[in-house]
Amino acid sequence: MFRRLLDWLEDRTGVESAVKHFLYEDIPQSSGWHQVFGSVALFAFLVQAVTGILLALNYSPAPGEAYDSLRYIVTQVTAGRLMRALHHWGASLMIVVVVVHMIQTFLWGTYKKPREATWIAGVGLLLLTLAYGLSGYLLPWDNRAYWGTVVTTEISALAPGAGPLLVRLLGSDGTAIGAVTFTRFYVAHVQLLPPLTALLIAIHLYLVRRHGVAPTLADALQPKKKFYPEQVAKDTVAIFGWFAVLMGMALLARVPLGHLADPTDLSYIPRPEWYFLFLFQFLKWFEGPLEVVGAVIIPTLAIIALLLVPFIDRGKMKLVRQRIGAIGLVVLGAIFWGGLTARAVATTPETREMDMSLIRPWQEISAGNLASIGYFRQAQCGSCHRLGSAVAAPDLTIAPSSRPASWLEEHIKTNPKAPGALTDAQVQMLVTFVTKRSDKAVDAWQNAPQSAVDGALVYQSNDCASCHKLNGVGDDLGPPLNGVGERRERSWIEGHFADPPKYSPDSIMPAFHFKPEQLKQITDYISAIPK
Amino acid sequence: MQTRRSFHTAIISGLGSVIGVALGIPTALYLLVTRGSKPKGSFVEAANLSQLQIGKPQEVSFERTRLDGWRTFQEKVIAWVVRTDDQHVVAYSPQCTHLGCAYHWEAQQNQFVCPCHESRFSIDGKVLGGPAARPLDRYPVRVENSKLLIGSEIRRA
Repeated sequence: MFRRLLDWLEDRTGVESAVKHFLYEDIPQSSGWHQVFGSVALFAFLVQAVTGILLALNYSPAPGEAYDSLRYIVTQVTAGRLMRALHHWGASLMIVVVVVHMIQTFLWGTYKKPREATWIAGVGLLLLTLAYGLSGYLLPWDNRAYWGTVVTTEISALAPGAGPLLVRLLGSDGTAIGAVTFTRFYVAHVQLLPPLTALLIAIHLYLVRRHGVAPTLADALQPKKKFYPEQVAKDTVAIFGWFAVLMGMALLARVPLGHLADPTDLSYIPRPEWYFLFLFQFLKWFEGPLEVVGAVIIPTLAIIALLLVPFIDRGKMKLVRQRIGAIGLVVLGAIFWGGLTARAVATTPETREMDMSLIRPWQEISAGNLASIGYFRQAQCGSCHRLGSAVAAPDLTIAPSSRPASWLEEHIKTNPKAPGALTDAQVQMLVTFVTKRSDKAVDAWQNAPQSAVDGALVYQSNDCASCHKLNGVGDDLGPPLNGVGERRERSWIEGHFADPPKYSPDSIMPAFHFKPEQLKQITDYISAIPK
Repeated sequence: MQTRRSFHTAIISGLGSVIGVALGIPTALYLLVTRGSKPKGSFVEAANLSQLQIGKPQEVSFERTRLDGWRTFQEKVIAWVVRTDDQHVVAYSPQCTHLGCAYHWEAQQNQFVCPCHESRFSIDGKVLGGPAARPLDRYPVRVENSKLLIGSEIRRA
């Protein structure tokens, strides 16, 4: 049955003989493990395409919404965090394999006549891969994305002559970046680059087939062998190894989501993705008017040099170990790249920025609300009012209480479990909470850890809100406390309570001498509130 | 030679399948499985009981917050509400159970009528005629302190 279907397909389309023709290509006897990287690169591209499409199904390509939808993907969608991690680390690992593929070709010198065009198409694919990296960098629309892209557009503005035109193409007015630039980066990433890549891959593969896999000198006397199955098996093993590394990274290395892009956040220090760090560091060598040399002219010359490699090195084929010049260049390049990258990493300041994909609702509600949850627990209300199920008493999570405040006050003060456990002020706060709580507060009610609630109770009993604003509630006498854990060391915060003027000389804040346990609770709590 | 060949084809199909499964399972989870239980829909105040006459369907509109993917927003919701006696109220979802058109109350005929395919429902939601296959869908309701609260999960009768 299956055979007959195949025969029919073969007769009408010739697909079977086409596949056979593809698989049973003659390749030189010397082919082997050193030629697996092109296949791995192709596989990497397919993984990026699949994970990219899957992410796009839950992604809203507009500034602001982009951030919310990505946060939704990593916190709400099943396997969403894994998909994002696969796409993120897949991009990095694709760059690695593309560069390794290029280095292999360079070392073996297989770009020589008649394979110059294959090499040029390959350089084009390398540039496209980098363009994906640049355009995709903006799409999370967090601070890292925003400020990184500001730098990218500023660099393109430096291009002699073409600068202003490039900036216009990127949809920027030369200062900030906004909706237009965002949309253009998105369209480049998902609509312009993919068909270009597919076309260039097709050309690249066609040229590989047209000229055949490059033989070495020793192959002249050897018979040819077939691509399938031995070389395909080697390619598959390499692809599997690459994929195992990717899956391992995606499962183990968390991809953070920073704060929503904020053009007024002047404290943010942007850094490019690791594969561009060497360029970032390289730029520091060029001062003032020389900047354009480092930012535009040298990189452009480097690309031109790469394109011209087959026309510069036109000697006869040699064995790899005899290509001293090529080996030397690769080693020099690796030292140059590695040194600059290491220097850039070493000078990158440590960041205490929070991972916003890990923020829980209790970190986003007011300290008063969280303290009210503490009063609810202190007065043992939950022993009758089970949250999420109406057993002995109404389930308070279903709807805000519609009882009059006076009834609720009396009910709490005289409740049979812990009568009189709360002060009048605390009772009033709890009444306000049960009649006016938000959905986030309901989540916190059920899920906030007791340590956080304890911190909020310390915050509330010391009336911190009379001077400080936290999650939108409190006065403006003192600085707002959101993000204090990102701005200050823990030791600074702890020391500051006992002796404010020592840490900020003009402070009018009175000293608070907490017991060690309370000091830990309140420091933990305010440090956990994101900017 | 033949064993070498079958060794190679086994590697190709074996490792290929592992990769396919390792990518296929997360893809299926991502597309098809919603995570955890959705938060139970909150009840919101929709009307005062005193505004509702016993035995007369009324269109009631109210506001509630809705979470749609990554967006949370206030939306206007409509319910057809029938107060059956002093303390009991039913609230129907305003869409016909046939194909989702908006129906309305025909006072003269004493029935709900859908303009699309002429499905007809009685005041207690039962199908009287037309293509609709099941009675009108209902919102969960609670009556507290002479106020009507309506929940968000639509229940099929």
